[in-house]
Amino acid sequence: MTALTALLVRDMRLAVRVGGGALIGVLFFLIVVTIVPFAIGPDLALLAQIGPAILWLGALLASLLALDRLIGADYEDGSLDLILTARVPLELAVAVKALAHWLTTGLPLVAAAPLLGLLLNLDPTATGAVALTLAAGTPALTFIGLVGAALTVALRRGGLLLAVLILPLTIPVLIFGVAASNAAVVGPVPFGPPFTILCALTLISAVIGPIAAAAALRHGLD
Amino acid sequence: MRLGASDLACSRGGREVFSGLRFELSAGEALVITGANGAGKSSLLRLIAGLLQPTGGTLLLDGGDTDLTLGEQVHYLGHQDALKPSLTVAENLAFWVQFLGGSQAAMAPALATIGLAGIAALPAAYLSAGQRRRLSIARLIAVKRPIWLLDEPTAALDTEAQATLAGLMAEHLSEGGLIVAATHGPIGLEPAAELKLGGRS
Repeated sequence: MTALTALLVRDMRLAVRVGGGALIGVLFFLIVVTIVPFAIGPDLALLAQIGPAILWLGALLASLLALDRLIGADYEDGSLDLILTARVPLELAVAVKALAHWLTTGLPLVAAAPLLGLLLNLDPTATGAVALTLAAGTPALTFIGLVGAALTVALRRGGLLLAVLILPLTIPVLIFGVAASNAAVVGPVPFGPPFTILCALTLISAVIGPIAAAAALRHGLD
Repeated sequence: MRLGASDLACSRGGREVFSGLRFELSAGEALVITGANGAGKSSLLRLIAGLLQPTGGTLLLDGGDTDLTLGEQVHYLGHQDALKPSLTVAENLAFWVQFLGGSQAAMAPALATIGLAGIAALPAAYLSAGQRRRLSIARLIAVKRPIWLLDEPTAALDTEAQATLAGLMAEHLSEGGLIVAATHGPIGLEPAAELKLGGRS
């Protein structure tokens, strides 16, 4: 097993063990989406109309929850020091950590979305569109969050600052994620263009995120 | 292999910790860093490991692997043990062995040497401070690296483990390794060159 696979396996194992918090995000997603119908009232047409946006907002907020542990846990117990002395580029190491984070916190959100679509009176097409856009877009949220996690790693209780730093940067992902979902349901624009832009945002952040996060970690060494 | 520093300076938080520091260390030699609390012992080790940038001077390694940076050829044993409480002893060690580029086969002997073979399946959350330290030391022997940077290596270790560590250090030196250790008391590295930080020497 190579060094990077070992890191991937370790991070995923940590996430599903005691205190790992892999399921916290899904539970939060569930509760956010569940309380929306109570706030809006029993207007099924309205729920179906704003459903994709609610699912996306819920997923966005849920994906923020565990971000401060993404690098913070390794910083606090000294693992980050050893990761820096490994013969693996730091950029790749943090990219793998982000991948493990997405597999354990982002992917469950994608899997839960169709179920939650039922609560919002979404028809199968809309549910499928939302799940597809979440699958394409949540990696971008993780990779953008990676930069915030690296910037706030040395701060005690940096979690809230992290959310404030990250949320504005996730707006394009949110816009195109919801736009693509809506396009699949009501039109008039086709599903393709906003979805392609969403995929592009994910690819861009998958490149820039690890490089920026590694630079932030190196700069913050002290 | 030779590790040397000339005019090395370090500052933390805007305060100069030390400056004009020089030392030289050849293969098979150990350097013991002593000094009062806050004299910069840990900072010096972190500097050598590449975890801190010097504010002046240079660190040079002669005869190491030229494809690797200095930091990639050191074992850094810091105050923190870099263990995950929810992973078992064996899983913790296995991860670092794989990630730092060691061989899986060296794991079991390392655990046996350091006296942790009996609790390999125990989650690290249940380890005592001394056992956590032992597990960190197991990393040093399971993955071969020429330079050991040890920060208070005997802290929390019982006398038996201290003797084991002294034996491991002697073995590492006899194989041509280098050791830089920060310590307050004797750690079984004598005779070794001593670098006293703090009092302008």
